[in-house]
Amino acid sequence: MKISKEQVEHVAMLARLELTEAEKETYTEQLNSILEYAAVLDKLDTKDVPPTAHPLPLHNVFRDDVVKPSISQEEALANAPDQEDGFFKVPKIV
Amino acid sequence: MLGDFEVVAGVEVHAELATKTKIFCGCTTEFGGEQNTHVCPVCLGLPGVLPVLNRQVVEYAIKTGLALNSEIAEFSKFDRKNYYYPDLPKNYQTSQYDLPICLGGYVEIEVDGVKKRIGITRVHMEEDAGKLVHSGATISTSDVSFVDYNRTGVPLLEIVSEPDLRSVDETVAYLEKLVQILDYIEVSDCRMEQGSVRFDVNVSLRPKGSDKFGIRTETKNLNSFSSVRRCMEYEIERQAEILSEGGQVIQETRTWDEGKGITLSLRSKEEAHDYRYFPEPDLVPMVIERKWVERVRESMPELPDSRRQRLLGLGLSAYDAGVITSSRDLAEFFDQALAKFKDAKTLANWVMGDFLGLLKAKGLLVQSSPVKPEGLAELLTLVENGTISGKIAKTVIGEMFETGKGAAEIVKEKGLVQISDTSALAGIIDEVVNSNPQSVADFKAGKERAIGFLVGQVMKETKGQANPGLVNKLLKEKLETM
Repeated sequence: MKISKEQVEHVAMLARLELTEAEKETYTEQLNSILEYAAVLDKLDTKDVPPTAHPLPLHNVFRDDVVKPSISQEEALANAPDQEDGFFKVPKIV
Repeated sequence: MLGDFEVVAGVEVHAELATKTKIFCGCTTEFGGEQNTHVCPVCLGLPGVLPVLNRQVVEYAIKTGLALNSEIAEFSKFDRKNYYYPDLPKNYQTSQYDLPICLGGYVEIEVDGVKKRIGITRVHMEEDAGKLVHSGATISTSDVSFVDYNRTGVPLLEIVSEPDLRSVDETVAYLEKLVQILDYIEVSDCRMEQGSVRFDVNVSLRPKGSDKFGIRTETKNLNSFSSVRRCMEYEIERQAEILSEGGQVIQETRTWDEGKGITLSLRSKEEAHDYRYFPEPDLVPMVIERKWVERVRESMPELPDSRRQRLLGLGLSAYDAGVITSSRDLAEFFDQALAKFKDAKTLANWVMGDFLGLLKAKGLLVQSSPVKPEGLAELLTLVENGTISGKIAKTVIGEMFETGKGAAEIVKEKGLVQISDTSALAGIIDEVVNSNPQSVADFKAGKERAIGFLVGQVMKETKGQANPGLVNKLLKEKLETM
């Protein structure tokens, strides 16, 4: 097993996911089987292969520094679970 | 207090770039604006959008790297820095991790006459986060918070120093120099009061003579030089106290309470730093061609140090050269005036004295001064060619600030032209000599200084408009014939 249950708990915490004990077991197992599947790549010698920064053979895609219209405050807040005075309203942070 | 400890400090500086638009979308970067009105699906991190990099951000990063003597990477990319915080709508910050745009470099500082190079570790590009407003007095006493995403996606440069700083003075000198450079090369407007430059200060102590680093704390988001100074002084004392009692400093992030003048621990679950960086799949890498770097290099303005050297070469004192080059605007003002009035020392005296004094009294910035460089040069030329006296010039410059009129115009209007006409002065001199027999007798008795009083009387009679040198000469001639 490459991934421990503690690691799953840690990542769940970082992602703000609440998992049941059963889910933790399931995900630990599933994540491990995914890693095992990908482990076939370990057989390749990548010593002289630079790390991939991007899968597409493209670089330098830029835009000019020209202002475009923004959306309205109403549109910006349209999907907000909660709002007040034009602000997104969020629950207690710490 | 510090006893046998030595301070070791390093700083991360976040500077908002002076682009018109955000780093990955066309929203304006203008400061202020009603909350959540400078936003779009890209900077709000709505599903299905694609960021596109603003070319000007890369250009400014290259310019900064060149000014800081850094190496400009040939290949660079963006990465995602993952963390949950409501000021970050995407739940990750697009930043740079292992391939930043600039590597290495240094800034030269001078403290108490000693020059020192402070190493730059790296400079990278990233996006700013939004602004939080808390319902309570502080974040931890608030039940809810309010988020404004106008600032989200404003381009930032993060400039990381090596832990080369050994005192509060060195740290402040480094930051002042760095901000001065950013101001000179015009990559950031450097408006500290608007938070466009912010500092994270890492401080640790170690026994003097030790070459190992002690345990450090990082105090985040300081936004003025004086906050950095006060915060560091507090943190050094706090750590010295812990260490001299045999305790251990805890490695943590702290926050500065400006009102109370103390740092506070920010320890929380958030402190489990685990950003899980990975390459940003929505942005393709950058290949920075050398001809681009060279083009930027050719467009670089004169930097503060070489400008200062040039002014020293013109005979200015180190102090004067330092003040004049402290901001690009003032240095530009000086140079533009110097193009019209060649006596650099006299010009410096006027710029540092009356000009800055009047600006300050009026609460104005150099760029909004009613007296332009050409105007000051015109005034000083009037003094130099004897049209008005230096004393009258002081009145004239005040008038120029008040009315925005030119020096020659004011002199003409108010009839302030210096009396350099021998015949016009002869009568007044006769009068002064006749009505001050005691001073005349004193002079005759060998008291050379008595002539000063007589010159003063003539100046008074002419309301300061007489040419003092000429008065002196004429008085002497007169007295010698008596």
